[in-house]
Amino acid sequence: MPFVVELLIAIALVISGIFGLVGSFGLIKLKDTVQRLHAPTKATTLGVGGVLVASMIYFFAKTGNVSIHELMITVFLFLTAPITANFIAKAYLAKNTKPDELPGASGDFGWSIYDDPPGSDKAG
Amino acid sequence: MLRRLIPHPLVSLMLVFVWLALVNKFTLGNLILGSIMGLVVPMLTAAYWPDRPTIRRPFKIAEYVLIVIWDIIVANVQVAWIILFKREADIRSHWIPIPLELTSAEAITVLAGTITMTPGTVSATLSADGSCILVHCLHTDDPDGIRDEIKSRYERRLKEIFP
Repeated sequence: MPFVVELLIAIALVISGIFGLVGSFGLIKLKDTVQRLHAPTKATTLGVGGVLVASMIYFFAKTGNVSIHELMITVFLFLTAPITANFIAKAYLAKNTKPDELPGASGDFGWSIYDDPPGSDKAG
Repeated sequence: MLRRLIPHPLVSLMLVFVWLALVNKFTLGNLILGSIMGLVVPMLTAAYWPDRPTIRRPFKIAEYVLIVIWDIIVANVQVAWIILFKREADIRSHWIPIPLELTSAEAITVLAGTITMTPGTVSATLSADGSCILVHCLHTDDPDGIRDEIKSRYERRLKEIFP
């Protein structure tokens, strides 16, 4: 394998390692649940992304074929990470926050955690 | 009749593609197996997804994806910077309500996902009638600026993709 390719792979791995570490460090440093949510959803995407880029370059240099598995992992990660974050945020809001601690919604209805949707029995 | 059999043609196509990508080998057997998945899965789940989303200007999707990928890279660096070098007392987090002009559920889902993946923001919940989204921002001195940026950068483009 040529030196340039090895260098590229090494750079991608180091970058991903740094961001993975920072994401984990954020979990210790930040002070409440919603703030801590930011660390894994952001810092880890580049952390995992770097490993995937390194893996793609490695297998392309070794076998000459482009491997699509890494792209699939990226897609699944991008689909699932926001949903997980959203559920954690909702659970946190429902358990720890009162409606008057949040800014009001701009429409006629309040946030869906506390208010029923339009058309349901208790609405309005 | 055809609509009953293939309620979501785009989903069917995507399932075939995802199946082929997962086995990572293109053979006739895999194509047939993937096609069976592409037919059966949308049929079984059609009851939970009655409307077919309409997509206008598909080429705009590529532009949107590139912008979001770039923003994710920038977001990683910004958030890493905040985590490493800001003292805990200096981090000012805000809840920001953002009024939505998008109406289709698919468009709002994409917007919420984008907000979570990009600079220092996490989408938390929607208002009960879906006209407003609640966003948590890790650190900002200008909540209104963040709101305007999300509206002009992402929502405007999504409005062009989903009518």
